[in-house]
Amino acid sequence: MGLKQKTADLKKRMREAVKGGGSKAIEKQKAIGKKTARERILSILDPKSFHEYDLFVEHAGRDFDMDKKYLPGDGVITGTGTISGYPVCIYAQDFTVAGGSLGWAHAKKIIKIMDHAMKLKIPIIGINDSGGARIQEGVNALAGYGEIFYRNTQASGVIPQLSVILGPCAGGAVYSPALTDFVFVVENVSKMFITGPEVIKTVLGEDISMEELGGAKVHAEITGNAHFFSESEEECFDQIKHLISFIPWNNEKKAEPFPKKPPKARHYNIDEIIPTDPRQPYDVRDIIKSICDDSEFLEIQEHFAANIVIGFVRIAGQTVGVVANQPLVLAGVLDVDSSDKAARFIRYCDSFNIPLLTLVDLPGYLPGIDQEHAGVIRHGAKVLYAYSEATVPKITVIMRKAYGGGYIAMCSHHLRADFVCAWPTAEIAVMGPEGAANIIFRNEIKAAENPDEMRRQKIKEYKNKFANPYVAAAYGFVDAVIEAKETRNFIVHALEVSSQKKEVGPNKKHGLPPF
Amino acid sequence: MAETNDIQQDLKKGQFKSLLVENIKYKTLLTKKYQDKKPYSPKDNRKIMAFIPGKIVKIYVTINQKVKAGDKLLTLEAMKMMNNILAPLDGTIQQITVKEGDKVTKDKMLIEFR
Repeated sequence: MGLKQKTADLKKRMREAVKGGGSKAIEKQKAIGKKTARERILSILDPKSFHEYDLFVEHAGRDFDMDKKYLPGDGVITGTGTISGYPVCIYAQDFTVAGGSLGWAHAKKIIKIMDHAMKLKIPIIGINDSGGARIQEGVNALAGYGEIFYRNTQASGVIPQLSVILGPCAGGAVYSPALTDFVFVVENVSKMFITGPEVIKTVLGEDISMEELGGAKVHAEITGNAHFFSESEEECFDQIKHLISFIPWNNEKKAEPFPKKPPKARHYNIDEIIPTDPRQPYDVRDIIKSICDDSEFLEIQEHFAANIVIGFVRIAGQTVGVVANQPLVLAGVLDVDSSDKAARFIRYCDSFNIPLLTLVDLPGYLPGIDQEHAGVIRHGAKVLYAYSEATVPKITVIMRKAYGGGYIAMCSHHLRADFVCAWPTAEIAVMGPEGAANIIFRNEIKAAENPDEMRRQKIKEYKNKFANPYVAAAYGFVDAVIEAKETRNFIVHALEVSSQKKEVGPNKKHGLPPF
Repeated sequence: MAETNDIQQDLKKGQFKSLLVENIKYKTLLTKKYQDKKPYSPKDNRKIMAFIPGKIVKIYVTINQKVKAGDKLLTLEAMKMMNNILAPLDGTIQQITVKEGDKVTKDKMLIEFR
């Protein structure tokens, strides 16, 4: 064969391989509103930036006549590329090839691109669309999953790991996404569960649809397994690109800075958002937008435990992770789910050198038998642990209520916040005035001719004396009491002076966070 | 200030619920999970419930039979395991709400003591 023929032969081989499962299987994929694996990769990456690896890998099945089958690329596409110029490794399972099932060669391709991402110190994006283990390959399929889980764990906190669920992801396969940093789901496309509706039907006789059991909404709202929810694959890809722009390539770098931009003050006026009555709600996301560059806020886990808000903003061009109590939902209390949500995000930011901004307005922990029995003690402790352990610059703004344990947990000075400011509307106290007055003045209230009148009077007394930022300021527990409109300046300055912050804790293998 | 105005309007319309934390009533929205939570009921050890979903393969007792704590009541097959369910106390069987071959969900009542 001459060069021309050899080139033609290469092209032919490539044409065959990129067809995936063939036109019939592709039609099926499209009929249920799904893109193909290759289309997905090309939609996420910059045009012409995708470089594929291991296109000609052949599957390793030798039993049950599998050796006679040809599975192009063994059902997974892997490679490198860029997103807005940022380098990433990427893989996408191809459902059109043997249902995207995971055999040994399929797993080896994923393992190889994961190892590559670790060596190159760049993020890895995994697109999951697979029927699960390739049963014909037996324990080799399990070995494949195990090797992936091990690498997910090793890569955790070193390179960003994104999991995109664009099809079924069931059984053991769910544990790779669960070990990664961010999980993306799309309505009617994503399905995640350990045991599917069929098993549940056989064992329990209970009927439930895939969507109700482990659809996108379920994981975005109820389980908290997903971090980004969207209604279409296109919207999901935009979310991925948006997220990649906010986070650093690895744990030794800072996020790439952007040009500074002021907030959109016309839409978000910080002085007009918060009602002074601490019992009245408002949307804390408006406060976030009134502070950050271009009022651009990328919210994470928007629909899960909405009583706490987390996400990324830029302030003076620098990526900052925000944790904010949300008075609009459940009065902004800490509970099992919101503690879990906040704590994990705090640890993410700390791993990847992203400064933390905490906006405080909470009445405390949610009372209830269900909360106590669900372990609000150990889950709530996660927030304390995560904040105490974090060594990135920590900035805290106490806007209104900061009562009791909630005050301590929300990145107080005692957990080593570097900068704490409070607004004149702040109420920093051991508990709400009503509760405190009832305890402290119990005898006076009881003995009074008109107990209700006395109670009201004592509450008022307590409020005047303690429901303000000045008692805490007098002890130096807040560094400054500032006008709300000075908040952005306060944060910009804090970021400027803390850019060289380095803190080293005691030597240990690792701590024991209350998992 | 569009969003803030919406909240003020919702407040007037009474869209917000009250949540009591330490004697203070807050106006706020509730999550679906919070609204759907089941009220607490204390455990009654006279009622034997399925601790795991599975299949009743054998029932060893009959109604009105007297049993001693530790006696075998029934076998519940679940997760490829034959689980023997034993009497938690001395007593008399008042009712048996399953029969052999039944599939049961978790927390389904199986046997009640008098």
